[in-house]
Formats: sequence, C-alpha cells, structure tokens
Amino acid sequence: MNADAGEAGGAKKAFDFGAVVRGPGPGGETAPASRPARAQAPVNPSVDALRSRFGPAVLRHQVNAGDEDVVYVEPERIADVLRWLREEPSEHYDHLADLTAVDYGGGRPVEVVYQLWSIPRRKALRLKCELALDALEIDSATAVWTGADWLEREVYDLFGVRFRGHPNLCRILMPDNYAEGHPLRKDFPLRGRFSRAEQTRRALSQEPEDYYAPGEFGGRAPQTVQDSEDAPEEAEAAE
Amino acid sequence: MKTRSVEFQAARTPEMGPGGALVASPSAPFDAPEPDWDSETMLVNVGPQHPATHGVLRLVVELDGETVVSVVPRLGYLHSSFEKLGEYRTWNQIVPLTDRMDYLAPLIYNCAYVMAVEKLMGIEVTDRCRVARVVCMEMDRIFSHLLWLGTWSIDVGAFTPFLYAFQQREKVYKLHEALTGARITTSATRIGGMMADLPEGWTTGVREFADNLPATLDEIDSLLTCNAIHIGRTQGIGAISAEDAVAHGLTGANLRASGVPYDVRKDKPYYGYEDYDFEVPIGCHGDCYDRYLVRMEEMRQSLRILHQALDRLPSGPMDVDDPRVSLPSKTDCMSDMESMIHHFKLVTEGIPAPAEDCWFSVEGSKGELGMYVVGDGGPKPVRWRIRPPSFVNLSAIPALAEGHLMADLIVINASLDIVLGEIDR
Repeated sequence: MNADAGEAGGAKKAFDFGAVVRGPGPGGETAPASRPARAQAPVNPSVDALRSRFGPAVLRHQVNAGDEDVVYVEPERIADVLRWLREEPSEHYDHLADLTAVDYGGGRPVEVVYQLWSIPRRKALRLKCELALDALEIDSATAVWTGADWLEREVYDLFGVRFRGHPNLCRILMPDNYAEGHPLRKDFPLRGRFSRAEQTRRALSQEPEDYYAPGEFGGRAPQTVQDSEDAPEEAEAAE
Repeated sequence: MKTRSVEFQAARTPEMGPGGALVASPSAPFDAPEPDWDSETMLVNVGPQHPATHGVLRLVVELDGETVVSVVPRLGYLHSSFEKLGEYRTWNQIVPLTDRMDYLAPLIYNCAYVMAVEKLMGIEVTDRCRVARVVCMEMDRIFSHLLWLGTWSIDVGAFTPFLYAFQQREKVYKLHEALTGARITTSATRIGGMMADLPEGWTTGVREFADNLPATLDEIDSLLTCNAIHIGRTQGIGAISAEDAVAHGLTGANLRASGVPYDVRKDKPYYGYEDYDFEVPIGCHGDCYDRYLVRMEEMRQSLRILHQALDRLPSGPMDVDDPRVSLPSKTDCMSDMESMIHHFKLVTEGIPAPAEDCWFSVEGSKGELGMYVVGDGGPKPVRWRIRPPSFVNLSAIPALAEGHLMADLIVINASLDIVLGEIDR
C-alpha cells in the first residue's frame, strides 16, 4: 500500500541494494554436495558388555546423530538390564537422565526410551524397548531410580504405557478423571476427542472429591463407594 | 454413576449426637467404614493460586500439628501439551513454544532446542553464533537465578533483596527487548543461527549489566548470607544426601548442593565451554542453605563466562552458510526470483530432518535441560520431548519436606527453583 502511494506520488525512493551485505546465493548454488560426514565416534563399550551379559535380550544397536549409542532391548528384560547398568561397577549409569516414549503412528510399536548417563564415567547410553500397541506394558524402573516415578507416570498419562510395579501409577499432567485417552498418541486428535463445549462441561461438573485425592496418602488405595442416592437422580435427569 | 470418597467425608466436622457420641454424617453411605476420628492429621491445600507456590503448583499437605507428614504435588494446571503442538509444526515454528515453557530463562530454552535440532541435522553453526548463544545462555542463567533469589528471599521473610534483584532483572529484560523485540517470549534462535544479528551496541549493554551486577550481589550477600534469621530458616532444612539426590534425578544447583559436581557444561561440554575459565560450585550438606550458596556463586561464575564470551565474540556471519537451512537475505529475495522461491519454500515447507533421533542436553538454569527430537525425514518432528529439570526436581519434594514444619515446606519449595510452565508444559 505504501509502495503504491509512493509510485502514485512519483517519489519512489531508490533503495541502495549495494549497501546491504549479500547473503548466500539462491538454493543449491553454494550448497556443499552433501552435509559434511560426521566423524564416527567410537562405540560405547557398554554396548558390547550388554551383549555379552544379556545375549539375545539385546536386540540391536545403532548410532544416531553421529555419536549417540542406542540399544534396543527386549522389554521383558528391561528391569534387569537397567539394574545391571546401574549397579555393575564397570558401567555405573547412576543418572536416569530421561524416560519417555515415542509413538510413530501407523500401527508401529511404541518405543519407551531410557536415556542414561554415568556421572563418574561421563558416558551416555540410550535404551529403547518396543511395545506393541495392544501390549503396552513394561516393568517399572522405580525400584532402580526413585526419580523414574514421575517420568513413568507422565508416560502412562500421555501414552498409556502401563508400568508393572509402579507404586502409584496415575495421571499426572491430565486430570485424574480425564476420559479422552492418552494425548500424545498419534491416533489422538490435536484438539481432543470431545467438542470444546463438552470439555468445558466435563471440567465444570467435577466433584470436589475429584480434586482432592486423599487416597494418595501413605500408599492407601483410593477408597471409593458407589453413592446409591445419586443413581435415581441421574435416571430422572436423563428422562 | 458418581463415586464419592469416604475419606474426604471424614475430614468434615463430625456431628455430635446426644452425650457427645459421634453420628455418621447423613450424606455418608450407611456401609461406609467408621472414619478414624482419632487421627490428628489434617489436610491443608496449598495453591494453586498462591505466590509461595511459584506458579500454579498445588500441594496437598497432610499435617500432624505443624509437622508435614506427607506432601502430594498436584500438577497440570498449566498443561498445554507443547510436545503435541510441536508435532504439528515445522522445526523452526517450534522455537516460540520453547520460551513459553521457561519464561524465566527463555533464551536457554531457545538455544537448547535449536542445538538439539542442529545436532540431529548435522549442522555446525558459525563461531559468532556459538559465542552469541553462550552470551545469551549465561545472561539468562543470571536472569533466572535473580528471580529465584528475589522470590526465595521473600519466602524466607526478607523483602529488600527482592527489589534489588528485580532492579537488575529489568536490565536483562531491556537487553532481551533490544535483541528480539520481546521481553519474555524471545524466540531468538533459528535453526542454523539466530533470528537476527546482535543489534549494535548490544554487547556494550550486556557488559554494563555484567559490570554492575556484582555490587548488587554483594549487597544481597551481605543481607542474607550471614543473616541469623536466614540461616536459622534454611540450614538443615530439606537436606538430601548425594546418593538420594542422584537417585531422584536431581540436577543443577539442587544436585550440586548435595556435593555431586555434575554440570553439563563441564561433563558434556558444548559450544566450547571447556575453553572458558569457570568453576562449578558445590555444597556439602544438600540443604536449602547450600542451594542458596551454590546459586549465588553460580551467578558470579556466569559473570566470568559472560565477560570471557564478550571478549572473544568474533565478527563474521551469524547464520550458517547453507541454503537448505538459512533463509536467503532480504535483498536477494527482493531482487532475485530464485531466492524468493527458495525463501517461500523454506518458510512454507520447512527444513527436513533425518529419520533419526537425538537427545541433547545443556545446563539450564534449573538443571539439566534435555531435548529429545525424533525426525522422520520430513519437516516436522515425530516427537519432540523436553527433559524438564524442574519437573524432576519437584518430584523430590515429598522426600525433602517430610518431617519439617509447614513453613519450611515453603522454603524447600523455593529452594528447588521450579518454573511451572516447564513442569506442566
């Protein structure tokens, strides 16, 4: 609009292109033939140690992003593998840096990812377990690292992976009574399964008891009873 | 069908029958187990709307008198599923989501995210960009620690340091604004470089800030470090041993206060941190006072890095010279058809990343900030995951606060230095 006005006024200001430093040329012109090949880092010796200790439970190994060792492990053995990696003096992966999951969609298995770091040895190792979509269950790492508690709860909340032996496997980021499923799964639509109005209605109709969860204290299970008085009321309301 | 918790009913005032006998509340179901009226514990709800919870954190605290029996943090009030949103955005479009997670140190998040993506794509940024990002990250580490210092002092009952700290923070806000145009939501980085080159005179502003800060730190130091009330409220409170801290996954100042010298800048150096002369302060008691001391010293060490980085900031291009990731210059776009098409395609289609994954971590202001990015060969991530340091640090609060007083719980929470934007994401 300003340009039009300028032309109409006959006072278009000449722009000094030469004063601006020229950037790289248009696509492909100055590009290197391929990205520089990354120097191959030596493979983490823990990979071979894992192979000799656990044999067929170590499914495969690959190096990602240049220097990151990824080991695929049989999901049934993951608790043993993690415990061994933490407690074996020559491995000593004492820091569970991250625990998460990846859903690739298209029916591919969900990967549970363990990112380990050894503080004294300064070595990183990533373990992955592939879980079929109809068997999203794996042993909990809470017995090995206390810090795995919330990370596993988050994976359960957002992906629906159940961790066997977890002390308190319940939702953490989504509300306890969230009924739409597990949001980070690829089959979960970005805006949720329910309409915004339905989501608002559900949020507003929560009971105070839904916010307070006294059952969480002291490992007691949430003690709930059916409220027999409410059932006829609801039936009437439905009519 | 509604379900109702019996234990919640038990917390309500019991009705007294004739002769002082307890009568079950009429709303309680008939077959409910007899509530434990003799229990002396009491549920207290802290937050989510309370300044001492540093955001919308809610703690359900079970108290025996004034002693904390157990703490159950309840999260999710700020949950907006940035990770899900990221799966629908191109790699560059995710940058604005990152600073909304930790609005106390937005540039660290901007930088950490693009560093992970650049590692995934195999891009080496220019020397100027590396040093500029180090300047940004160290500046924001101080920026975040200053907010922690201010709110911490309020939580332990001192008001003056809050004002001193925020006076200094305002200078960083102005530097943010000069660099990016925004005070909090900076979105300063791009894959392969920065949004723009550093504005003229910006480094002078950073230097001025770095020169003036030690006087403020000394002032706050003299107000707090040897203050008897401060010491009495923090020493021996919320202590955690080194083994427990590692097992809980604590990182950052919270871990170092327990005596574990784990700092990503030293242990997994990135951007030439091994060439900077700085020290990693560690504590030995792991209590709130040591966390305070460690953070105070970290600010001083960050100032050292800041001065060294400003001294060695090279001239040259900011963005990487690779047309597949860097936008062509505006001049080219306006004068050259191919450049314009190229610009259009880069912006609309995005930059493809290899079908691999990459886990990259930096030393954030709250702890080890990890970014896990998974590509599928396309311009959008399959998965983008943040290893949230505050989230993991907060998970230790039930262990830290147990057995302490209610007032100490507030101090322990403050000493962990959490930010809810990143916990809830």
